[in-house]
Amino acid sequence: MEELTIVIGGEQGEGIESVGEILTKVLSQKGFNLYGFRNFSSRIKGGHSDFNLRVSSGREIYVNAERANLLIAFDQATIDLYKDQMAANSIILYDSKSVNPNNFADLPEDALIIEAPFQQLALECGNSIMKNMVAIGMICGLNQHSPMEFKDVIKDRFSKKGIKIVEMNIEAFEKGHDFVKEKGLYSIPLVPVTDSRKMFLSGNEAMVIGAVAAGCRFMAGYPITPASEILENLIKIMPEYGGIVVQAEDELCSVAMAIGASFAGTRAMTATSGPGVSLMQEAVGLSGAVEIPLVIIDTQRGGPSSGLATKMEQSDLTAMLGGTHGEIPRIIISPSTIQEAMYDMGTAFNLAEQYQCPVFIAADLVLATSKQSTEILDTRKFEMDRGKRVTDEDLLLQEAKVFDRFAFTEDYISPRTIPGQKYGTHHATGIEHGETGHPTEDPINRKKMMIKRMEKINSVTIGEDIKVEGVAEDILIIGFGSTYGAIKEACEQFQASGIKAGLAHLRLLHPFPAKQLERLVSMARQVIVVENNYSGQLANVIKQHVQDHAKIQKLTKFDGTLFKPSDILTFSKELV
Amino acid sequence: MATLKDYRMDIKPNWCPGCGDFSVLAAIQKVAVNLNIEAEDMAFISGIGCSGRISGYVNAYTMHTMHGRALATAQGVKLANPDLHVICAGGDGDGFGIGLNHFAHAARRNVDLTYIVMDNQIYGLTKGQMSPTSPQGMETKSSPGGNPEQPINPLQMALASGSSFIAQAFSGDVKQLMSLIEQGMQHKGFAFINVFSPCVTFNKVLTYEYFKKNLVNLDEKEGYDPSNRAMAFNMVEETGSMFTGLLYKQERKTLTESLPKGSGTNMLTRDTFILDDIMKEKLISRYV
Repeated sequence: MEELTIVIGGEQGEGIESVGEILTKVLSQKGFNLYGFRNFSSRIKGGHSDFNLRVSSGREIYVNAERANLLIAFDQATIDLYKDQMAANSIILYDSKSVNPNNFADLPEDALIIEAPFQQLALECGNSIMKNMVAIGMICGLNQHSPMEFKDVIKDRFSKKGIKIVEMNIEAFEKGHDFVKEKGLYSIPLVPVTDSRKMFLSGNEAMVIGAVAAGCRFMAGYPITPASEILENLIKIMPEYGGIVVQAEDELCSVAMAIGASFAGTRAMTATSGPGVSLMQEAVGLSGAVEIPLVIIDTQRGGPSSGLATKMEQSDLTAMLGGTHGEIPRIIISPSTIQEAMYDMGTAFNLAEQYQCPVFIAADLVLATSKQSTEILDTRKFEMDRGKRVTDEDLLLQEAKVFDRFAFTEDYISPRTIPGQKYGTHHATGIEHGETGHPTEDPINRKKMMIKRMEKINSVTIGEDIKVEGVAEDILIIGFGSTYGAIKEACEQFQASGIKAGLAHLRLLHPFPAKQLERLVSMARQVIVVENNYSGQLANVIKQHVQDHAKIQKLTKFDGTLFKPSDILTFSKELV
Repeated sequence: MATLKDYRMDIKPNWCPGCGDFSVLAAIQKVAVNLNIEAEDMAFISGIGCSGRISGYVNAYTMHTMHGRALATAQGVKLANPDLHVICAGGDGDGFGIGLNHFAHAARRNVDLTYIVMDNQIYGLTKGQMSPTSPQGMETKSSPGGNPEQPINPLQMALASGSSFIAQAFSGDVKQLMSLIEQGMQHKGFAFINVFSPCVTFNKVLTYEYFKKNLVNLDEKEGYDPSNRAMAFNMVEETGSMFTGLLYKQERKTLTESLPKGSGTNMLTRDTFILDDIMKEKLISRYV
């Protein structure tokens, strides 16, 4: 057995998240590759929540499995949601206090269904809240892991709450462990193939690490699902690195503060989701017009308006591409794995300073909140390039009273000074301006300035602008963001059945890597663009840039659920 | 030594002859020289409107931002580089209409900067609509039957929001205007100076003559204690805001001083940086 999927579900507030955290901590330390995703509702207590953990003893994984091997149900919704998604010979544990076995009609016949007294055992230890620890004990026993490692993590987690609490939780864990042992229940154990040290973190956490490593020292944000985690994490760690994080009164202030800090020379960012992106659009225009670096993370969620705040969507692409009035240069990078999310921050800050324009990180809810195992951070990938900064010595030689901050140059990028530098003073205004930054409506200057700003980004590349895998003679599958995992596994399944399938995952969305994509599209017989939105925003962009329209098929999903590899396989079969 | 020449720009302002904003521009430049601030150490951030153009008429590191967002931007500048002298300026529409939210929050946040509002009680650049400070009943292009709404009171707003320095000046009294701007710039924290800066073209009610006739000088008022917040509230009530001078001043921690230890000590405005092994380990430890 190479992999295993464990699902635990219940009402929000029943400690599902803690189970995930403890389980993944232990398994990650043991060297397994993991992918975890928490399904949650936009409320604090009540409402169904589940944690789906895929454990691999070998390769890295980028998506949840379609079928679960072990299901733990604290509530009926867990059974209802997963009854059609159980693997062969799966194990289902349910608590009869909250789940009615009379409703089990549709469960697979080969499943081993066990009534497990989670709540009762927890109560015996003093408090029903610890039923999640009972569950961890059972998982540990079933998968034949050593209880020691789990106990250490549990101790660590509760040590701040005092010895009594630690003991109670350990006892609950043991009761769960003993329960499955006494019943003689177990599954075939997984053995990790590597024991290399790994990180296990969410996309949001990865972007936080990436930002700090990239030299970002200012962040202003406003709470919003699913981006709040970025603000919360940065507020905790930024002081250790000498930076400042502010929770602003709204997104308008957040983004304006970031622009101000960036004007002063600091690498600055904000992070938000759809509604925040809408609010920030005017400032994005300012950043573009005054050529001040700015990094904005958009963890896209279901829109429009308040939409589906806790559900997956990739529907802000057109807002990032075309938002703000008028026309400005902008760069949009889209990470598709946790590792890319980390390193893309370095790229984003370098590009923002090199090209002096806004840079969007087009993340999405699944990328932001799912957790993946990934290699340890490599700091060498974060070399800071501060773009065309002018040195104090050069300024002394020039002795200009007003610096030509917006000078016309061959590559359209102007040398930049920052406050404090003598002979570097200048004006920055969103009004059309000349080389010193002062307003002018002169048509000749206007035309030159527009061309300068719009064309300076034409040379942008992030190295691997499109991630290409497989040879896509029969089917080319195109996507962006967290759908990478599902697309990758769909490709593998195609290949296993003899179909020459490949993927082209867009990592740079703007400026659009048209030439490379054109070539890939022309070589494939069938092209499917997979994305989580209604209108096929990416497909529409591709059609603007690629000749061969007829063969481009849209596979969209906008019901808030995630793409599975089988969705892509089914769609493709229907096409043929 | 900073000189007036350093701060002057060879650009003719787009203000009407007689506009109150000329005095504010001159006062800021003179105060900067008096305080011997080099032009490169001043960041001057302004909003949108007639008065918002002011930053373009000063030679320093200046930025003309978005309508209502000058204060938000200015706070970012100061937090990133505390060595800069940061001035933020705009009009009543910019600060008390579209940007009111940021005004209240900047006041309570207490970032060390000076916020000057050129309050002419009208929208001038869009040619004469009522503003949030237009008196009730005032006829404007957008209130032909008289302003139906009660105006906002920026001074009480600032008091209620926790501004640590609040003053009011008048373009017609440059000496006091300069004195208040100077005190504001020397104040450690958020300093708010509301300046009655008459619009000679669109506001025929609140004119130089009107202000000269009605303003009381608080700085010369015996027994007035600007450290007393309750007294300040009463003074605004009593005078119907028709006063100039220092209304309120309080010493309290700036935002940077209230942030966790280490905050703002390494903002990397000019340096490059790479994580060393110890810092890297610390950064990733919670995710391993």
